[in-house]
Amino acid sequence: MKTRLWLLAGAMVAIAFAPGCKPKGAQSALSGDAASKVYVAPGEHDEFYNIVSGGFNGQMSVVGLPSGRVLKIVPVFSVHPENGWGFSEESKPMLNTAHGFVPWDDLHHIAISTTNAEHDARWAFGNGNNTPRIARVDLTTFKTVEILEIPNSAGNHSSPFITENTEYVVAGTRFSVPTGDNRDVPIETYKENFKGTISFISVDKDHGTMDLAFQLEAPPFNFDLARAGKKKSHGWFFFSTYNTEMAHTLLEVNASQKDKDFIMAVNWKKAEQYIKEGKGKKTKAKYAHNIWDENTHMATSTIKEDILTLDPKELKDIIYFIPCPKSPHGTDTDPTGEYIIGSGKLAAIIPVFSFTKMLKAIENQDFEGTIDGMPVLKYESVLHGEVEKPGLGPLHTEFDGRGNAYTSMFVSSEVVKWNIETLQVLDRVPTYYSVGHLMIPGGPTGKPHGKYMVAYNKITKDRYLPTGPELAHSAQLYDISGDKMQLLLDFPTIGEPHYAEAFPASLIKDKQVKFYPLEKNNHPRALKGINNARVEREGNKVHVYMTTIRSNFRPDNIEGVRVGDEVYFHVTNLEQDWDVPHGFAIKGANTAELLVMPGETATLKWVPDRVGIFPFYCTDFCSALHQEMQGYLRVSPAGSNPEIKFYTGE
Amino acid sequence: MVMKKIDSSNRTLVLIAALLMITAYFTPLWQISLWAPQYPEGLNMKIWIDRLSGDVDIINGVNHYIGMKHIGVEMFPEFTYLIYVFAFIIGFGVLAALIARRWAVYTFFSMISLLGVGVLVDMYLWGYDYGHNLDPTAAIKVPGMAYQPPLLGYKELLNFLAYSGPDTGGWIIAFSGILMLIVVSRCFLEDRKAKLQNPYMKVQ
Repeated sequence: MKTRLWLLAGAMVAIAFAPGCKPKGAQSALSGDAASKVYVAPGEHDEFYNIVSGGFNGQMSVVGLPSGRVLKIVPVFSVHPENGWGFSEESKPMLNTAHGFVPWDDLHHIAISTTNAEHDARWAFGNGNNTPRIARVDLTTFKTVEILEIPNSAGNHSSPFITENTEYVVAGTRFSVPTGDNRDVPIETYKENFKGTISFISVDKDHGTMDLAFQLEAPPFNFDLARAGKKKSHGWFFFSTYNTEMAHTLLEVNASQKDKDFIMAVNWKKAEQYIKEGKGKKTKAKYAHNIWDENTHMATSTIKEDILTLDPKELKDIIYFIPCPKSPHGTDTDPTGEYIIGSGKLAAIIPVFSFTKMLKAIENQDFEGTIDGMPVLKYESVLHGEVEKPGLGPLHTEFDGRGNAYTSMFVSSEVVKWNIETLQVLDRVPTYYSVGHLMIPGGPTGKPHGKYMVAYNKITKDRYLPTGPELAHSAQLYDISGDKMQLLLDFPTIGEPHYAEAFPASLIKDKQVKFYPLEKNNHPRALKGINNARVEREGNKVHVYMTTIRSNFRPDNIEGVRVGDEVYFHVTNLEQDWDVPHGFAIKGANTAELLVMPGETATLKWVPDRVGIFPFYCTDFCSALHQEMQGYLRVSPAGSNPEIKFYTGE
Repeated sequence: MVMKKIDSSNRTLVLIAALLMITAYFTPLWQISLWAPQYPEGLNMKIWIDRLSGDVDIINGVNHYIGMKHIGVEMFPEFTYLIYVFAFIIGFGVLAALIARRWAVYTFFSMISLLGVGVLVDMYLWGYDYGHNLDPTAAIKVPGMAYQPPLLGYKELLNFLAYSGPDTGGWIIAFSGILMLIVVSRCFLEDRKAKLQNPYMKVQ
């Protein structure tokens, strides 16, 4: 009886103390003077530009680091009513595809242009995941200037990674699909009829113009991510693969059966050699190539159909497979180009491969088998070593340039720092919550700036003031300059960031375009001054040649338009000063507004649907008399014959 | 009567003073700058011997709200004749250095001085008209407010801080003037000395 009482008392004491045993959580993670390290005083500038993919918003955001302030949203694959992207006549062709006008996409990854494996930050590339495309953003204007559609691809996820001199940007297909003429096939004939294409897109070294150089017909795996070799491994590209089981249904289970999938090593210099020898095969598939012209301020879309295809089954030595546990997501090459890190998202270790060993294994024909004639290297022959017990769900790895790697762990919601040579885990920090990509400025290049690291998370929950069921995605900034990673800042982001890159602001800050010189405006309907502002009728089309300058439209009174007319407002902003855009909006427009930069011409099409007086006005608070910047347009009945009239003043 | 010429060092200075003024054709003579909260980087207008440059269009855009006139080349008839005035003065300066007569040197000095004073007076009159003679239909009218820019130095005008002063060419001309002041002073002192030694000598 007494013993029992003692036991009971002991149990009660244990219960009382139990909450104290719970490990400390998120709230205690912040230490030291974090605020001063991210404080950018009013009027001061951030140290880094951070170009962040917008994921399902189809855009890029520009963020300053270390403050985490959003500086701009760059419209890329999705229409952007706030500045008319995809609504103005000039920008509509940018979103043209072989499927016609596609107003949305899913932008996952960023690649900032490099020279000699270092950021030159001339262009930012982004991938369109859903309707496969690659976009190029000019970093002097932060404007999307080119979009190339990728034929024979579906789910352009393994993209837009680049080689060290931006020779190529790649596009590996996530979904393998039938290509060529025979596309109406039963899904269960996946293994025979589906192809996994890898596209190499050349980038003009002066102008950045993209061109589909060649496509490799790889086995029907799912291609996930990629990274170019650099320095010693320049000339090679590494693609992670999953679903090497080649399942086409319930991939959750069926694509997770094998112990190892592959990192596919591509010798693109070898591919170039085969092309020179005329070994490429010309095939056809329609794809759009859209280019923005900064002088005419308009885009043109060309539908192309020629593709140069290389078959690595016949053309030897282009492709080698490196076995990698298990469903690898990220594949990343370290700043020296020697190590290739595969992050098997279902694996218990992180394998680190050696480029030198890979070359030796190829030379010694250290193969464990072949896939359609393409050699599979022996895991042990290529392996530098494995990081033991790194965490759960490794996804991506970045580098600090001091011999350390940082791997994001989705399942255990942390970033793990480890040494590439010794493979020892050095430090770990929690993320809030479930980090996807992580990013170190210059992290994927040969010259990382190992000062900060940002974790882009997939789950937000309680991090900020709640906003109903739909939340902003969270990001955390860490100081990684010391031995231990230190959390500095937690900030919400735009869209759903996946990968991002950052580079020193000094690279492009002084190269920014402030306005477009009017004398260089070659838009066919541009006005160089107020004198030619006019309205002209051509059949049922009415062209309004309109100017804006603080604080008036010319003309601002327009009559003679009929119901059903196609009215084109060609608005030229005559301002020649930085930060004086004018907006244009008219009542009832089924499109959006125009936001016209100084010296630019943009066109809004409007079809009036009823008789009446329609006001239009400037939407960008331009001056003290912005609210006076307005006008009226009179719409007369269809079939009537009103005289075209226009004027300003008097 | 003795015709005493100026010595060679003075001649050189006169020649330098005259030749330096040629830079007036290649450099801006005057500048006007404006700063406002919206223009932290400032707006700058440069006045050359025969034209304007800089942010003239932007200044016009800003100033039209308060009814100031549109600044343009046609506003300054000076641009049509200043090139000849300068050519004449420079030519005379070179001539003065060649003939080395005192009267010529004194005349050259007077010309530069008059040019300086003339330009300032002209600038003031233009500034007065520009700042006071406003369009009665202007959008913004501040009772009793005039916008005459400063002649030299800084002045606050509504939300703007204005500055007016010489630019490169203006400073070079000023330097020419100083060189000539030195020459003239040296001649003057020399004459006084000569006069003290020989009160009957007449210098020319």
